Amino acid sequence: MSGYPEAMQESLRLVEKTRPDRVGKTFPTMTAEEKDQILRDWHPDYKEESKRPLSIGPSSGEIMPHEVADILEAHPAISPTMIDLSNITYDLDVLVIGAGGAGLSAALLALESGIDRDRILMVQKLRLGDANSKMSQGGIQAADDPDDSPTIHYLDVIGGGHYANTPDLAETLVKEGPDVIRWHESLGVIYDKNPDGMMQLAPGGGTSRKRMHSCKDYTGLEITRVLVDEFLNREISYVEFTCAVELLMDDKGQVAGSVLYDMDSDEYLIARAKSTVLATGGFGRLHIQGFETTNHYGSTGDGIAMAYHVGAKLRDLDSTQFHPTGAAYPEQIVGQLCTEKLRGRGAQPLNKHGELFVYPLETRDVEASSIIRECYGRENGIVTPTGIRGVWLDTPLIDVINGEGTIEREFAAMFRNFNKFDIDIREEPMLVFPTLHYQNGGVEINTQCETNVPGLFVAGEVAGGVHGKNRLMGNSQLDLYVFGRRAGRFAAERAKKASIGDLTLGHLDRYEKWLADAGIETDRRAPLLLPEYRGKRTLEHQLKLL
Amino acid sequence: MEKDELEMITIYVMGKKHRVPADLTIMKAMEYAGHQFRRGAGCRGGFCGACATIYRTQGSYKLQGALACQKIVVEGMYIAQIPFSPAEKKTYDLDELRPDVKVFLEYYPEIARCLSCNTCTKACPQDIMVMDYVQAALRGDIEEAAKLSFDCLGCGLCAVRCPAEIVPYNIAQLARRLYSRYIVGLSEYILKRVHEVEEGKFDDEIEELKSLDRETLKNRYETREKRL
Repeated sequence: MSGYPEAMQESLRLVEKTRPDRVGKTFPTMTAEEKDQILRDWHPDYKEESKRPLSIGPSSGEIMPHEVADILEAHPAISPTMIDLSNITYDLDVLVIGAGGAGLSAALLALESGIDRDRILMVQKLRLGDANSKMSQGGIQAADDPDDSPTIHYLDVIGGGHYANTPDLAETLVKEGPDVIRWHESLGVIYDKNPDGMMQLAPGGGTSRKRMHSCKDYTGLEITRVLVDEFLNREISYVEFTCAVELLMDDKGQVAGSVLYDMDSDEYLIARAKSTVLATGGFGRLHIQGFETTNHYGSTGDGIAMAYHVGAKLRDLDSTQFHPTGAAYPEQIVGQLCTEKLRGRGAQPLNKHGELFVYPLETRDVEASSIIRECYGRENGIVTPTGIRGVWLDTPLIDVINGEGTIEREFAAMFRNFNKFDIDIREEPMLVFPTLHYQNGGVEINTQCETNVPGLFVAGEVAGGVHGKNRLMGNSQLDLYVFGRRAGRFAAERAKKASIGDLTLGHLDRYEKWLADAGIETDRRAPLLLPEYRGKRTLEHQLKLL
Repeated sequence: MEKDELEMITIYVMGKKHRVPADLTIMKAMEYAGHQFRRGAGCRGGFCGACATIYRTQGSYKLQGALACQKIVVEGMYIAQIPFSPAEKKTYDLDELRPDVKVFLEYYPEIARCLSCNTCTKACPQDIMVMDYVQAALRGDIEEAAKLSFDCLGCGLCAVRCPAEIVPYNIAQLARRLYSRYIVGLSEYILKRVHEVEEGKFDDEIEELKSLDRETLKNRYETREKRL
């Protein structure tokens, strides 16, 4: 039985008809000129009206999406007069904000670097380990195979990022890749392996070798839950459902911890710290240009707002990653991720005629642009009953190419999550369309994860420079552990020497002055902390009496 | 589509009645009804287990488990979220453990109380054979326990329902780490690569790439050999 409505059946029949002929075939890759052209014409990032230059602060003039500029050209969530800084709740060496892959790695390495477990605190807006890190499906890159090398990986990263990456950061990323995999294995992460004991590797968009290590299609889940388990074993202090709302500074111009907000009791807390690691993830839940997103509930761009309030420089925020294949049907899961590993293992994107129209593993920006062009430029998309357009991703090919049982074994999550909506991806393709996936830019860091503001370390998606203007699949997972671990280590080293002066929130007054000087009048506040999805009637009748 | 055209149904969130569109997930239906999640929402895509929910449908005595982000509401559904389960998690040093049945009995002795009633399996929103992996751990088959439990999100519903008060997902986590570390073991060839990096084997090559002007680098990238 088909999981798709009658109106989509005719196109499905064409997909089935062309399938035998497509086995073993592919589509030519684009030339550099063709890629430039399709990005300019069809990539959402290249729509000039969707962006504006930032008008305040050290990165003023940087072009970024309106939704991002909106949270930066916004009042800080609190004002200094609301907060009593004399009552320190937590006095720390290292404060880690965010408990995804980067935060967990930072906390573990701060401990390993000799900081007492009671002098480290991890705070997390939601649950321990709840982050985009956990949602990563397809894999993590690392050049550990004898047929591969960090040099080859480096070239893929830099070319994929359109040569905008910070070279030193890209170098650090690729050189520490193999050690990250070693670390994971020593902690008990179960990677997919071939019978000979070698890693089972897949290609990704823009890779020139098979370099993707996976844990079925639950790669992020498996790595994150192991790190959480290890974090709990080490009994490092943490507090959940408590978010950072602003960074603290001291009278020497250093970042000195954070004002925290207990989401159960609505009270604020003061965490004073010699080093602060910001690992708050990205901005997917800002729904840039109205796009659906693959992102976690908490991905509201809090980190870039807080970092900018203390004067940290930002970069590459003009570049947003749209994952080529978000679900376009059924309605309930529109925007959710259909992993790139599906294409890595042979699934092909097809138009309504059942024709392949692009090389399946172009870099994400090019692949996404091709799908948008097929739907809106060439009118070759498939239209759902509610008017959503998409193209097919022919998953049954995976079993045809790799043998029956491959999908169930390697794509347990995709198979399960589509089955819940009566679509058997072994038998029928998925309908897909690009979805907002990743913040390519962020807070500027060096290889020690330091920013231009002393005391502030940044790692993971909230940081910029590693991936340039386009990230390759599997490099964000790697980024988390390479730079998360470094942030923890260097934050610990700094904490051993640093001393904190008198605490201040004076930077928030300075920020208000920047806003006033730029003539910005707004009732927007940042960080947002949570996205707003409540019904219209509720919001129109809001009272706050309790 | 206008709201008037939507098919509406009645659900009960912690007993309170709401009219919501029929095709929403439990999570989106609760938001439609006015809830802003602080707890009980996470990835919203079936990967994190933060939105563990129990429900009963009208006329049925059965309590069922679901992830709020993955389950579509039905007429007369009574919903309560269980965003946290007060389960015990033992701490251990993986380096000092051995892949042995005694590990489970030492850290989670209640595993021996398993009644084989299969309530855990029925509660699992991922359709994992929970009882089977608990039994595998109990007889020391770590590989089987690891493999059967691999798709676990740790939502906690099995632990909440278990009459023997076992915490299956913590046992599963221990089994998986033991399996990877001691039965699969480390990949020796990766250690070799780590060593090569430490010795600086790739430094000159990467320095050379870093020194190229953009056009030369671009040419190098576009003409690089692909071995896929």
